[in-house]
Amino acid sequence: MTATNAPTPLAGQPVGQRVEISGFTLPEGVRLRLLEMGLTEGIECRVVRYAPLGDPMEVQVRGYFLSLRTAEAEGVLVATAD
Amino acid sequence: MTNSLEIPGGVADGQKASASRVESKARTVALAGNPNSGKSTLFNALTGLRQKVGNYPGVTVERKIGRFYGAHGQAFDLLDLPGMYSLQTRSPDEAVARDVLLGRRDDTPAPDVILCVVDATNLERNLYLVAQLAELGLPLVVALVMIDLAERDGWVINVPELSRRLGCPVVPTVAAQGKGLVELRQAITRQLNGPAPHRATLPPAIEQGVRPVKDVLVCVSDKQPRFPQAEAILLVTGTKEQAVAAPAGVQPALTQARQAIAAAGVDTISATVHARYAWVETIIEHTVRTRRGAEATLSERLDGIFTHKVWGWLVFLGVMAAVFFTIFRVAEVPMDWIEAGQDALNGWIERVMPAGDFRDLLTQGIVAGVGGVVIFLPQILILFFFIGLLEDTGYLARAAFIMDRVMSRVGLHGKSFVPMLSSFACAIPGIMGARTIDNPKDRLVTILVAPLVSCSARLPVYSLMIAVMLPGAYSAWHKAGLMLALYALGLTAAFGMAWLFRKTLFKGERSLLLLEMPPYRRPALRVTLVRMWERASIFLRQAGTVILAISVIIWALSTYPKPADPQATPAQALAHSVAGRLGHVLEPVIAPLGYDWKIGIGIVSSFAAREVFVGTMSVIYSIENGEEDTPALRDALLGEKRADGSGTYTPLVCLSLMVFYVLAMQCLSTVAVVRRETNSWKWPLFQLGYMTLLAWLGAFLVFQGGRLLGFT
Repeated sequence: MTATNAPTPLAGQPVGQRVEISGFTLPEGVRLRLLEMGLTEGIECRVVRYAPLGDPMEVQVRGYFLSLRTAEAEGVLVATAD
Repeated sequence: MTNSLEIPGGVADGQKASASRVESKARTVALAGNPNSGKSTLFNALTGLRQKVGNYPGVTVERKIGRFYGAHGQAFDLLDLPGMYSLQTRSPDEAVARDVLLGRRDDTPAPDVILCVVDATNLERNLYLVAQLAELGLPLVVALVMIDLAERDGWVINVPELSRRLGCPVVPTVAAQGKGLVELRQAITRQLNGPAPHRATLPPAIEQGVRPVKDVLVCVSDKQPRFPQAEAILLVTGTKEQAVAAPAGVQPALTQARQAIAAAGVDTISATVHARYAWVETIIEHTVRTRRGAEATLSERLDGIFTHKVWGWLVFLGVMAAVFFTIFRVAEVPMDWIEAGQDALNGWIERVMPAGDFRDLLTQGIVAGVGGVVIFLPQILILFFFIGLLEDTGYLARAAFIMDRVMSRVGLHGKSFVPMLSSFACAIPGIMGARTIDNPKDRLVTILVAPLVSCSARLPVYSLMIAVMLPGAYSAWHKAGLMLALYALGLTAAFGMAWLFRKTLFKGERSLLLLEMPPYRRPALRVTLVRMWERASIFLRQAGTVILAISVIIWALSTYPKPADPQATPAQALAHSVAGRLGHVLEPVIAPLGYDWKIGIGIVSSFAAREVFVGTMSVIYSIENGEEDTPALRDALLGEKRADGSGTYTPLVCLSLMVFYVLAMQCLSTVAVVRRETNSWKWPLFQLGYMTLLAWLGAFLVFQGGRLLGFT
């Protein structure tokens, strides 16, 4: 997948969108934990769904499903392919 | 536990006999793995019920040790570490797991072998932990679990190749069916003095930066670090806060190393993680094939329903209603048996023993005390049955997913919901159920506010006071409305206090939700039952003993000293006892709430359990069979007059008393359980203090505010 667009936050990406992680604007500790959970720069992930109240959101990464609050997802920068 | 003797030379697996082999001491195997990876199932399968459950000294983290025997009968102690995603720890649970692995804890033997559980359906992320464990250099055995499910989902894993690339034995295991257990025991025995596994190569700048830190670490530490290399990697590649915690002597070298790495243009935080994942990706590439395309799995389709905007809520409400109904209503049946058994036992004691203090101690102190402990068991067992079911099937993560938005508004966690709900039945299972929350701050806030939710023990008090406040003329609707308002007040107070604690006590703590959504699975009934039994026995041993002791003390306080006149009525005897006198002592404190000394006795005697209030009032007003005969008690209360001839139990006093019971702790069993669950007296005492204060303030506002507004 070639990322063409400028980085945007992961939060708010439409369901089904495939994105590539390009960076973080998060405190060190949170960034480390997200990285260790597999959300590393360059990895592709997919927005699976949002909770009924819009928060948290669920993504698929490295073959498993992870939910995170949109507060954190705001600080995860992604590039979309199209 | 007994130690088995090892016969020197009796082990013919090619290892050289060493001094440690001759002694009979069991070797230690640390069982590590990601949360929800099936670690408990494997632990139970390997050790059977030969296990000890306790706490790590000084922390609230549970320690489980079990015994199993190796291929040649050697004894192994299996240490079930808390689930962990990484050695870069975020929670006390993970910190304990890391410290045990690094051999830092004096209270726990350092492991000889690591047994790491790896979930085959989530291989990539699970292997990240393996990559970190491999850096320790300890012999490693990988138990590859859920391989049947991975195969069902179309994954084919080349196990021999995986083993070759990891540099350690990989044993496919289906613990629930006992498959692979023999092979695991053999592999662990073989690995006792086995080679270190392969590990990921970190970026050169980091490998170079780690070296001087490692050397300094060896020199400056009081206790020789067992794995200086791994400790140095953790320090260099961790966060700044983690680095500050390192020994002071290391700081200069550490700062220098971090600067050198930064100068080389390498990010210490991400470069290491990337290197480990790159290593994992290569292994995956060579060992895993998929037979299927990227079609939606059954779990994903189920999630379409269970987290749907409409259906999701309906399923959630249905599941929670079932849990609540069972805890509230079904538990009543065995609870009635326990009460009946208690009455029968007391009746028998009263028949065979002469009346006297000793008989009273037995019936009113000990039997009532033991009964007061055992009575909680049905609700605890039922709640943990459900929690086990919800966790194992994977639904608990979905419930947390849809509830997190609501709960996080007040600083609680999506998983706080189940404990709060079950607190409507009883705070004790609720507080024990808060264990499902892995973030320690979220868990503590949940524990602190759970008893504010109106439990079933408050019902008798509410019923009595509502009957007094709203006599005949009011319809059942009024009464039900008032009851509902009391429940709403409790819930509001719980959420309000949770919000307040988040803003004050735990200020600045960023609550992070990273929730793994595991695939839906069939629950293993045996594991659930074992866990139920574990919780029940912990409760009986640790909280039960405290509850029993308190029951005896409360009995003594309301019995002694005895009035001189042997013909004194029970009401007079109670007034004469320490509890009765405390009622008088308390009068100045409770007068602003509208209460007299008789209500004071009720409050004192129900300090251990709220429902006792009704029984005490019956004794004070000399009502026979008070608890079953609320109308008689109600009439007695309505007829009670103050010195000036006005009624004591005005509607306003009743309301003030109800508000007091909504907010007050008045349950020493809960105190005992919070003590056990937080492993300190600090939090239960704080909780007792803040709730009592809150109750007093609430009742004060109702009574004085009501009077100002002209109510009586």
